[in-house]
Amino acid sequence: MKSSVIVFPGSNCDRDVAVALEKFQIKNQMVWHNESNLPKTDLVVLPGGFSYGDYLRTGCIASKSRIINDIIKHAKKGGLILGICNGFQILIETGLLPGVLLRNKRLRFISKNVFLKVMNINNKFCLKYKKKYFIELPIAHNEGNYFANSELLQNLEDKNLIVFKYCDAKGNINKTSNPNGSSNNIAGMINSEKNILGMMPHPERMIDPLLSGEDGSLMFESLLKS
Amino acid sequence: MKISTIVTLKKDVLDPQGKVVSQTLKNMGYENVVNVRQGKYFEIELNETDKEKAKQIAEEISKKLLANIVIEDYKISLK
Repeated sequence: MKSSVIVFPGSNCDRDVAVALEKFQIKNQMVWHNESNLPKTDLVVLPGGFSYGDYLRTGCIASKSRIINDIIKHAKKGGLILGICNGFQILIETGLLPGVLLRNKRLRFISKNVFLKVMNINNKFCLKYKKKYFIELPIAHNEGNYFANSELLQNLEDKNLIVFKYCDAKGNINKTSNPNGSSNNIAGMINSEKNILGMMPHPERMIDPLLSGEDGSLMFESLLKS
Repeated sequence: MKISTIVTLKKDVLDPQGKVVSQTLKNMGYENVVNVRQGKYFEIELNETDKEKAKQIAEEISKKLLANIVIEDYKISLK
């Protein structure tokens, strides 16, 4: 398994995710946004951060970077792409995932641990969550309020493309367990070909029991297995 | 030629910033304020003298970059 973490000016979770990938024996390479070609890779990771200072719209300027053309080619060939936080915002701006991420409902930057329900494990990112459906991961964002029209939401629900939903400690998915106002409590989603996952929570920050927990490890273990 | 584009959230998309501004204005005593929508304003200088062409370019720029047409509307004016 080989991965490429794309580094944009303003990315700040690129090294964290590289540490996580390497911990799980995924051979990683950092790729600068201005490169025109991806190295040979199975997985592309768009990391969290504030690419281009969130100018214009979050992820917008990064979605027009030179490397993006090759990432789109990679996606069309069925290559895996994981977008975390700002990476999710970039995937949305690129059009690789539908919908839009608005500012959090209460206009506050939210940085805390949240509980999530894993809604779909039948994809290469989540196989290992079979043994654990309720997980805890940190979120840290200002624009994570997923918005989609009712038609798209219905389509996502029907096709089972919502991978993570915000819930409370008991697994209840409702308004009070929704930190940012996302439609249907959506925290992460996948495309219908199941090779592109976008999520607001940070799995790379939960890979060590000494530091935080291991609920993120399962994602990297799933990737290694695939 | 100078072009300006105004980008605002679509009517049915919640604009929390606009709401806060509106509420603040009311708190300041402007009770006749009914609603505020916040947006972005761009001034673009184009090296183009043909009005039609300029307009076409402005349309393209707005659609491709300045606005996310899923949630935003844009209005172009030529000077």
